[in-house]
Amino acid sequence: MSEWIKVVELNQIPVLGARVVRTEAMDIALFRGSDDRVFAVRDACPHKNGPLSQGIMHGHSVTCPLHNWKIDLTSGEALGPDEGCTNVFPVRVEEGMVLLQLTTNVAAA
Amino acid sequence: MPVNGKSLVFDFIDKKVAVSPSARVLLQILNIFGAHLKYGVGIQGLAWMKRKLVLVGNGMAGVRTLEELLKLEEADVYEISVFGSEPHPNYNRIMLSPVLAGEKTIDDIVLNSRDWYRENGITLYSGESVVEIDRVRREVRTESGIRTSYDRLLIATGSTPFIIPVPGSDLEGVIGFRDIADVETMLDAAHHHTKAVVIGGGLLGLEAANGLMKRGMEVTVVHLMDRLMERQLDDPAAAMLKQSLQAAGMKFLMEAQTTEILGDERVTGVKFADGTRIDAGLVVMAVGIRPNIALAQQAGIYCERGILVNDTMQTFDPSIYAVGECVQHRNTCYGLVAPLFEQARVCANHLAQLGYGRYEGSVTSTKLKVTGIDLFSAGEFNQSDGDETLVLQDAAHGLYRKLVIRDNRIKGAVMYGDTMDGSWYFQLLRDATDISAFRKTLLFGQHELGDAGHGDARILSLPDSAEVCGCNGVCKGEVVDAIVKKGLFTLEEVRAHTKASSSCGSCTGLVEVLLASTVGEGYAATPSKKALCTCTEHSHDEVIDAIRKHRLQSMDAVRSMLAWKTPDGCASCRPALNYYLLAAWPGEYRDDAQSRFINERAHGNIQKDGSYSVVPRMFGGLCTPDELRAIADVADKFKVPEIKVTGGQRIDMFGVKKEDLPAMWRDLNAAGLVSGHAYGKAMRTCKTCVGSEWCRFGTQDSTGLGVKLEQLTWGSWMPHKFKLAVSGCPRNCAEATIKDFGVVCVDSGYELHVGGNGGIKVRVTDLLTKVASEQEVLEYCAAFIQLYREEAHYLERTAPWLERVGLNHIKQRLLEDEAGRRALVERFRTSQHFAQIDPWRERAEGLEANEFTPIRLAQFSKVSVGA
Repeated sequence: MSEWIKVVELNQIPVLGARVVRTEAMDIALFRGSDDRVFAVRDACPHKNGPLSQGIMHGHSVTCPLHNWKIDLTSGEALGPDEGCTNVFPVRVEEGMVLLQLTTNVAAA
Repeated sequence: MPVNGKSLVFDFIDKKVAVSPSARVLLQILNIFGAHLKYGVGIQGLAWMKRKLVLVGNGMAGVRTLEELLKLEEADVYEISVFGSEPHPNYNRIMLSPVLAGEKTIDDIVLNSRDWYRENGITLYSGESVVEIDRVRREVRTESGIRTSYDRLLIATGSTPFIIPVPGSDLEGVIGFRDIADVETMLDAAHHHTKAVVIGGGLLGLEAANGLMKRGMEVTVVHLMDRLMERQLDDPAAAMLKQSLQAAGMKFLMEAQTTEILGDERVTGVKFADGTRIDAGLVVMAVGIRPNIALAQQAGIYCERGILVNDTMQTFDPSIYAVGECVQHRNTCYGLVAPLFEQARVCANHLAQLGYGRYEGSVTSTKLKVTGIDLFSAGEFNQSDGDETLVLQDAAHGLYRKLVIRDNRIKGAVMYGDTMDGSWYFQLLRDATDISAFRKTLLFGQHELGDAGHGDARILSLPDSAEVCGCNGVCKGEVVDAIVKKGLFTLEEVRAHTKASSSCGSCTGLVEVLLASTVGEGYAATPSKKALCTCTEHSHDEVIDAIRKHRLQSMDAVRSMLAWKTPDGCASCRPALNYYLLAAWPGEYRDDAQSRFINERAHGNIQKDGSYSVVPRMFGGLCTPDELRAIADVADKFKVPEIKVTGGQRIDMFGVKKEDLPAMWRDLNAAGLVSGHAYGKAMRTCKTCVGSEWCRFGTQDSTGLGVKLEQLTWGSWMPHKFKLAVSGCPRNCAEATIKDFGVVCVDSGYELHVGGNGGIKVRVTDLLTKVASEQEVLEYCAAFIQLYREEAHYLERTAPWLERVGLNHIKQRLLEDEAGRRALVERFRTSQHFAQIDPWRERAEGLEANEFTPIRLAQFSKVSVGA
């Protein structure tokens, strides 16, 4: 089942920066734009799994710290001539709190 | 902002002239405001209100302008139509020579297929010549009677070959060399006739002759002058060229004036002023081109040799722009393709009403596209008063190279045989670089400046499988393939598509050679003024100047003052601006962590698995048993998988988890160890030898001096990494002569060496001066560093900086201007007052804790993708 869960307060994410959300399955990178829009993508570049959360964010995209691929945070797609895609997760902000929609599967644990 | 002001005025003119429906007036008002907003918001999506942009001329310059325009968000305000007389979509005209020679097919040279026009919502009328521009009604009319109205018109009608007006010049089989139809005529002639005459021994004529010869024809080149390509080549180079072409079977008739083309219906021969005649079943005239201005002239647009345009590519009619070979800009008409690309970019910016960017003219270079012949020419090559020439000639190896020098700057270059360094000379020419420092080796090429092994001049003769880019494993074949298939013209484009030359950059010369040989003179070398990044038109120097002059103290202030195209920059300009502001306003500007590359944000080097490395500082390479014990203890405690001694005389611990960093730093701090800044564009290390304390050859206390230098300089942020070394004697065990600042101790004092580095291009230092005391060493070191910090471009090491500004400039600032030197030292000390705070200690005490603390969601045992 999928549910919205409270993750962190918005002001705990730096503007034009990221926080890492550690789940047992994978790391998710939470980004905050200069317009306070929040994005959640799998913290792995489609190129060589570089941690996108450690990159430099600009506009609604991020540049991977390993080999400078640019990833569109709204779609997870690589920009420019590069091709590839990382996963995007639904995310919203409510009363200063960032909520992430995740599927939990306790049975599989 | 004068340019914006101009477009404002024009929009009012629009309203006076045109009887517009109210919606159009509204749109224009919106546009006036749109031009002043950063993003033309509110206009997009209103398809029914779109303005009409009509392009006349479906060639390289016009379509390139559309491509540049489509890259901009503001392009969305236009509905675009294109008219082209030829029945083809846009193709690469400069590649017609290889098509003629049978090395490429027409499909190979198509730049924009019909799908491209469709996908971008552009209406293409191919095979439709525009015959009239009605400027009052603002519409164009074609031969077949199609009428289309425009709000903005772009004229890119190119040029036509000049046909010498001699009797018989209208006979069948007499053509120019301009388009696909001409190539088809030539190929057809090659089937039915054996002899061809090419009139004109310039670039185009020789390429045509070469192609026809490859197609089996017997070709005679007729030239009015006594020297081939006289506008590009001097005597020796022209003679070598003629010799090679003759060896390949081409015939020449020099100093021959054509008086008549013979024949009744079809050409049969050519007659000359001295009465001689030769047979020919085909005559190609390649004696020059004339800008195609008839259409513009007929519409009353001011023309001289070409259509007159200003620096924004606007004609005398403010709603009509023009680009390409049909224009005359600052009294120059260009016949080569490289300048057109710069024009296209500027024109697109103004069509999008962005109001920035000016075209200020181009310096061009020439490369002959005849397989097996390597020829390069740029600038002025004829010596005039006050010029000097440097010549390298090796007839046996078919090698010739001439550089014309004026006031220690390259004014022109002619190369024959090996043209590998052509792009380097061209760069020096356009940048007006002072070459006095490396004049002795200039003729031998960039290689001689310490290029570490890269740059094989034989690249063109190597197989497709030859590796060009060692960092990204890109082969020659892949580069050439991408250039041809994707229609690439610039180094940046090749980097983006193939990754070649995009990492360490040492193969840049090779990629440029491939680019030049694949697309010929169309290859657009780095523009004369290089923008800081794609977010701006401004160069590094302009940004640095603006920050000081206008006292800009925040990134937003810089971006707004200099009309940045993006709201918060990109991964290239943000770290640069952050550095420039930090260097200009120490203590006032607040460092922006999010504008720093992760290594400088996390104060460790990110490794390929996302872990970090930790390198504590060891001043002058000295350490104590307690410090070593502390390092061993943290390595045990945090389970460091690998420890390595670095080249900078310290210890590197690899594979540390990011969340462990602050705790590890706390332990290291407790033992007195601080950050080594091994991760930063910053002062790194000061390498030393043991010196007079122990060494039987040592002349001074090199270790002690190294410690003092490191204490003076640690913590300082720099344009790039910065390394120091002190050697105790000229045996130079600390390798001081390949450091940014190196000291070699001698019995009578200290030699100061600057601008060296190991790495991609090994560069040995230049001797700055010799001083007598340690105190002076420290003073000159501080002054040199501060000058570098204030003047170098971000990510420019001292070696390229020194080569760019010249050693003389640095000597003048540091040796001759004593007060200036003291002031530099003072500014460095002020800056260090704020910089010498151990970043590890601050973070061990809790600063930026979020950076190092992940949010844990352990209860979610499984997260499905795309929940």
